[in-house]
Amino acid sequence: MRALYSFCAVLLLGLFAYFGVAVWGLQDPLFAIVFPYAAFGLFALGMVYRVLKWARSPVPFAIATTCGQQKSLPWIKANPIENPCCTASVIGRMALEVLLFRSLFRNTRMELRSGPRLIYGGNKYLWLGAMAFHWTFLIILLRHFRFFTEPVPAFVNILQSLDGFFQIGVPILYLSGVILAAALSYLFLRRLLDPKVRYISLAADYFPLLLLLGIALSGLVMRHFTKVDIVKVKELAMGLVSLHPTVPEGIGAPFYLHLFFVCVLLAYFPFSKLVHMGGIFLSPTRNLRGDSRRHRHVNPWNPHVEVHTYEEWEDEFRDKMKAAGLPVERE
Amino acid sequence: MSSEHLPIHPEELSQIDYTPPKKDWMETPVQFRKGTYCYSAAPKNLKYLGMANPREWQPHDADWKLPSDWKKTVLDGMRERLSKFRSFHLFMDICVRCGACADKCHFFIGSGDPKNMPVLRAELLRSVYRNDFTAAGKILGKLAGARPLTEDVIKEWFYYFYQCTECRRCSVFCPYGIDTAEITMMARELLNLIGCNINWALEPVANCYRTGNHLGIQPHTFKDTLEFFAGEIEDITGVRIDVPINKKGAEILFVTPSGDYFADPGTYTLMGYLMLFHEIGLDYTWSAYASEGGNFGLFNSHELIKRLNAKIYAEAKRLGVKWILGGECGHMWRVIHEYMDTMNGPADFLEEPVSPLTGTRFENAKSTKMVHIMEFTADLIRHNKLKLDPSRNDRLRVTFHDSCNPARAMGIFEEPRYVIRNVCRNFFEMPENTIREKTFCCGGGAGLGTDENMEMRMRGGLPRANAVRYVHDKHGVNRLACMCAIDRATLSTLMEYWVPEVQVTGIHELVGNALVMRGEKKRETDLRGEPLEGTEE
Repeated sequence: MRALYSFCAVLLLGLFAYFGVAVWGLQDPLFAIVFPYAAFGLFALGMVYRVLKWARSPVPFAIATTCGQQKSLPWIKANPIENPCCTASVIGRMALEVLLFRSLFRNTRMELRSGPRLIYGGNKYLWLGAMAFHWTFLIILLRHFRFFTEPVPAFVNILQSLDGFFQIGVPILYLSGVILAAALSYLFLRRLLDPKVRYISLAADYFPLLLLLGIALSGLVMRHFTKVDIVKVKELAMGLVSLHPTVPEGIGAPFYLHLFFVCVLLAYFPFSKLVHMGGIFLSPTRNLRGDSRRHRHVNPWNPHVEVHTYEEWEDEFRDKMKAAGLPVERE
Repeated sequence: MSSEHLPIHPEELSQIDYTPPKKDWMETPVQFRKGTYCYSAAPKNLKYLGMANPREWQPHDADWKLPSDWKKTVLDGMRERLSKFRSFHLFMDICVRCGACADKCHFFIGSGDPKNMPVLRAELLRSVYRNDFTAAGKILGKLAGARPLTEDVIKEWFYYFYQCTECRRCSVFCPYGIDTAEITMMARELLNLIGCNINWALEPVANCYRTGNHLGIQPHTFKDTLEFFAGEIEDITGVRIDVPINKKGAEILFVTPSGDYFADPGTYTLMGYLMLFHEIGLDYTWSAYASEGGNFGLFNSHELIKRLNAKIYAEAKRLGVKWILGGECGHMWRVIHEYMDTMNGPADFLEEPVSPLTGTRFENAKSTKMVHIMEFTADLIRHNKLKLDPSRNDRLRVTFHDSCNPARAMGIFEEPRYVIRNVCRNFFEMPENTIREKTFCCGGGAGLGTDENMEMRMRGGLPRANAVRYVHDKHGVNRLACMCAIDRATLSTLMEYWVPEVQVTGIHELVGNALVMRGEKKRETDLRGEPLEGTEE
């Protein structure tokens, strides 16, 4: 049901863009200029707002989740990555989390057999799907820099030639696009078909997957089937980044559909779960050292609390203590 | 084979259905089924601690007698905590519901209840957060996964946040490090604001605040108890042992959970400590005022952690010791390692801990000035300071349970294993996915180890017990070692139910058995009084 809501939402957005351009001719300035600028503004300001809002809440306690041996006695081998003991090892741990999804790589699948016998098998599919999606998305994003830069930086050209290494079709099919669409489909189907995951899923979980799928498919269609004029696209993109936007004639509705989906994604980003992109860097169980007995962690709001002092305690038990021969402070 | 603790047969209990209900989770109200929840905190305990809304009530009552402005209290409390804890604020926002945590929770594995999936446990709170604190929730409502705070939501929170043992296993697997323990702690703080708390977690706090320990043992009884065990040691070893209490000017203050001097099998571990300290001639003292290492404050609120924990440094200062040594305990070490110094430090009146026997500087504890006994004993063994006869433990085939907090809030994995390998010769690890940072909870931590909650404890303990069953069947393991006082109590019941052939032991019980003491008579029994020669019947 929730998947259906999300599907309808994406469909309506797509129809709006298609009709907006193909029928009503609203590309200049609405779809080509107003939406991109507004979306980018919302994204940038929204993300800054979100991160600052998190950052404003302090980290009162050193609550690292330790996943490896602490650094203690010199003859015991410590695991500085899984249980960071210095800033460098925190950076190492974070790099593994952010670049390779270290924690997700641990994933197992529990199975209850008769007996009872519990089995925990390795389960790397989610990790693989997530890695495939995030990395190809990054590659595709970087490849798109050829539209926003002149001259195009060398790394973009290298990336592009690697991505099209197999030289399938004309124009060349980028591997990243295919993997992205496959990974998104897997993540979507997993959400829909695994009863546990379906049970926890909100409309807000299906929506971004379908939206991204919309972006990927409209991109593939425009490149390989409707053959968009990329010279004109670049003219539009360069105009946008140089703040002198011009809207060339005849780019066609598929492109605006693609662009509009991207705009929706950008605008939606800071107000959704997609903020995990920024949040992961601030996660206290991962970005703190595990050495809180070695270095004192300071809580900026450490409150004063009521305690039961030794004197009060001795007052209550003094007679019994004396009878038992325990030392007392006051007779 | 069903145990006296629970009328349901283990075979029946292990028929678990993991299929989620047809109805949406927001439309599935909570049911307080006997055996799966804990009773409310007695008003006298709340009054003693000056906490909100003391009254007679029970979770199965229809009317929870909430204060008239409870909704505002909870929402204000939430707002305050969002601004004070980045963890809470962030964990409310960044979950993508990938489901990696779902089957990592022992309560989900043992019950099949989808609200025991860590992600859904957190959504119970997140849904209210969205409704009152986010734009999307305010505009889109239920479509955005938001729902208003109602009395039914409070009941659901109570049931499920007192059905989480704050073990942090899910946080190991979460790609963003979302820690359900942190979320549960916040939820319990909010519930405490309106007087919805459980007695098993709160009475120990009231006791500890008053007498110095969770069990409410008063100083004279504390002394009698320790001396009783010194007498037991003399019977077994022929060695007379002194028990220094509240001794000013001692070099080291020793603090251990009260479970160690209260009930079997913790008491055998206590005897191990006493024998060890005597044998190495340690200049140390117990304290009757700081007679508790554990801290049930952790299972209620950050404020209560601090109120109880303050005693340890205060007593160390009063007695003029150089540093503090801590016994075998689980959640105690979460508090010592991650909270004590921040809350009640800096301990600048103490010295950087140095072992008086080996000269080893415990640099990893140089700020907190508190050393884990496993670090201390491992160092002694490494430097050949102990004469050990591991053959005295030959009857035992031992496996080791990593307790949740020392594992995931400290990372003390090798020290206990080193000690175990040096004091016994038959040691077998449980399967890889059930030990170290992936260890499973005993099912009764975080204040849930009470008898009325027995069914849920046995369910939650199933993954741990099942791994023990595996090494029992494969290697004939008959002893489950652990370094946690709650474990020693809860795992014993758990084993009786799922793997009755296995008994539970602390590590220093094994050390005590193996320790060759000067002037001792020939040992005929182990610390439990069971004959050393010959095998079990």
